[in-house]
Amino acid sequence: MIELDTIDRRLLRELVHDATQPASTLGRKLGLSQPATWRRIRRLYDSGVIKGQRLDLDHDRLGFGVTVFLGVKLATKGRVSIDDFERAVSAIPEVQTVEHILGLYDYRLRVVARDISDFERVLRRRIMMLPGVGDVEANVILSEERRPGPIG
Amino acid sequence: MLDDIDRRILRHYQHDAAQPVADLAEAAGVTPATCARRLDRMKGSGIIRANRAVIDWRALGYEVEVSLRVTLEKSEPRAFDEFLAAAREVPEVVEIQTFLGRVDLRLSVIARDMGHYQELYRTAILSLPHIADIEGLMHVARIKTDEILPL
Repeated sequence: MIELDTIDRRLLRELVHDATQPASTLGRKLGLSQPATWRRIRRLYDSGVIKGQRLDLDHDRLGFGVTVFLGVKLATKGRVSIDDFERAVSAIPEVQTVEHILGLYDYRLRVVARDISDFERVLRRRIMMLPGVGDVEANVILSEERRPGPIG
Repeated sequence: MLDDIDRRILRHYQHDAAQPVADLAEAAGVTPATCARRLDRMKGSGIIRANRAVIDWRALGYEVEVSLRVTLEKSEPRAFDEFLAAAREVPEVVEIQTFLGRVDLRLSVIARDMGHYQELYRTAILSLPHIADIEGLMHVARIKTDEILPL
């Protein structure tokens, strides 16, 4: 685990806001030279604190008006069916994320669709056909916020 | 509106948002100048909102992630707004979604370990206003995380 100082934390916030900012721009914001800023950026990536970059796209304008969180319970447990389920569910293009969880459900899926009838198609023809799938609970997202998290 | 070239660029860009424009252009089969112009236009029109760094909280010592599903007291008309405003003040809350469904909303909460989570739950979460019911789902593993739109 790496320790971050105040400047690292501000830099991290800036990169979460916009990872394409050049080191010179970030350096000006933080009062650092370009090489010093570049070294700090590299350290954040190399140490794994930043695990990658993600495009933040306007889903509505790209025709994806509906996002649903699906809680999925497996009907039959056992190692083989879990592997099969995970492989099959990850291959569905409309399934954006798959998380294994403990509690009421076994998996949480984030599913995008063009509209509710498109979602119904994905649910019936793709999700319900998965090997080992049992109970499914759907919650349609009305709003979503990603918070900066505890980086000071 | 987007045409096939825009969609092709976005498809490749989503799979690796850190790649240089030259690589992206090659993957999408367009010239770097075209690619840069298209990207600028999609940023300008707000279709690309941002290209964000993704933090690995485990690398910063946050080993525990819990999904809290919350039902609110509906008798209070300002329950949603007041709950959301208070939840935003908790730094360990990294995601907030509101739903149409069985639960009203969900918080994603990170903690250093189970002891830290228990402390957060008691001091910061249970004190949030207008909670009628709350249930926690412990995060075990991420199987797929790319959040790619099937364009």
